[in-house]
Amino acid sequence: MIDSGDTAFVLVSAALVLLMTPGLAFFYGGMVRRKNVLSALMQCFTLMCLVSVQWVLYGYSLTFGPDGGPGIIGRLDWAGLSGVGLLPNEEYSATIPHMAFMIFQAMFAVITPALIIGAYAERIKFSAFLVLTVLWATFVYDPIGHWVWATGGWLRKLGALDFAGGIVVHTSSGVSALVMALLIGKRVGFEQRAFTPHNLPLTVLGGALLWFGWFGFNAGSALGAGGLAAQAFVTTNTATAAAGLTWALIEWQQDKAPTVLGVVTGAVAGLVAITPACGFVGPLSAIFIGAVASILCYIAVTRVKGLLGYDDSLDVFGIHGVGGIWGTLATGLFAEKAVNTAGADGLFFGGVHQFLVQILLVVVTACYASGMTWILFKFVDAVVGMRVDKHSEIVGLDLTQHHESAYTVIE
Amino acid sequence: MKYIIAIIQPHKLDEVQKALEDVEVNLMTVSSVLGRGRQKGLTEVYRGAKEAGNLLKKVKIEIACNEDFVEPAIAAIVKGARTGEIGDGKIFVLDLYQVVRIRTGERGGHAIG
Repeated sequence: MIDSGDTAFVLVSAALVLLMTPGLAFFYGGMVRRKNVLSALMQCFTLMCLVSVQWVLYGYSLTFGPDGGPGIIGRLDWAGLSGVGLLPNEEYSATIPHMAFMIFQAMFAVITPALIIGAYAERIKFSAFLVLTVLWATFVYDPIGHWVWATGGWLRKLGALDFAGGIVVHTSSGVSALVMALLIGKRVGFEQRAFTPHNLPLTVLGGALLWFGWFGFNAGSALGAGGLAAQAFVTTNTATAAAGLTWALIEWQQDKAPTVLGVVTGAVAGLVAITPACGFVGPLSAIFIGAVASILCYIAVTRVKGLLGYDDSLDVFGIHGVGGIWGTLATGLFAEKAVNTAGADGLFFGGVHQFLVQILLVVVTACYASGMTWILFKFVDAVVGMRVDKHSEIVGLDLTQHHESAYTVIE
Repeated sequence: MKYIIAIIQPHKLDEVQKALEDVEVNLMTVSSVLGRGRQKGLTEVYRGAKEAGNLLKKVKIEIACNEDFVEPAIAAIVKGARTGEIGDGKIFVLDLYQVVRIRTGERGGHAIG
């Protein structure tokens, strides 16, 4: 039966999650050079248009539709939202219209490929970006979403826990981002100099919008306006706060000063890490998960990236990949049935099995997402060409791909 | 004493700076400017309205130096800024009448470096 409170909450949450994508656009837009800021905003905004349509046409059906095989992919029964009505779908959410569940999930499908934009920022051809994104949504996001979240999904049947998308959203996009950064190559001049962010206030604005929207992402994933939503809301806020503080403290100790970019980056790492765990763990566990997320992501971004020398321009792998993997494993450590009876007990509460399932979840997702991304990238590169020519890259994507510039110099 | 003004491609600034350091020219003033030479500007489009022949973003470097440093500085700028493509920019060299260091009041060749 439809509950008006639950429905109102989920619809508002869907709107909050939508706002994360422009939030991400500003977060990324501030970090690129001034000649590429519009391209970052454009890519994020266009994804809101592109994936929204893909989702209605067939993406939702592939992900959540009736299982078409042994838990691998949904059938196209719900293509064009046929059969997705205004009554609840009892299996997914018994108290809200099926249509509300669908549109809430649409926003997740939108932001996931948008996260990857940071990896190939400042050098991707816009046409190739469009083709690659549709393919990635179809062949990476939709299947993994089905495995983990759909009734009948094979990982869900194994008991995988991913409350709001640590695996489906962050690990899948983070790992894919690493593959794309490696394949597309370094930006011109990457060896000679560090590229500094052109407008940090934009990045702070974007980070704040992400934090705000993330309440819809995580608390909204309770799919009801009740205690579980409040629980997820509190763990999300707590882990994020702990992570922001931790990153600032690490920088203070290591680099002599806490930076604005650092504290915002830390907060985002905390948001990522708590995402799979938020509805299964207590607030003190959330502090630990957030703090460790910042430590691991800091090492990945400032040490490992330098050692390996890949140009993951805005650290999608370092934050979303590493943070998502840590959060997924941490769910297997800190989950408590005392918090959520629909969850399980993690390793620290006697549940060895759950921890092993979470490890399997990470391994399977990382292997599938990276392998499939590699194939899709090679395909699009052969057909369209992924990278702009050197001259366009030097002039900037704003002028060469979109014939606009963000800032005038005189007037 | 000479005053060197160089207009270069923005992305070449790092290389020019490095080349100047190599010949021990460390003092300079850099600004972001708009300009166009024989190279046509790029076209921008806003809601269908075309803006043709916009000025291009360039970087201006200004260097004041004593005579011994003039040719090395010019060579360094050329080395750092040259791509061989149209739009590489220009170097102007002017006679410099006087230099005053504000802090000490020193004048001339001593005040320049």
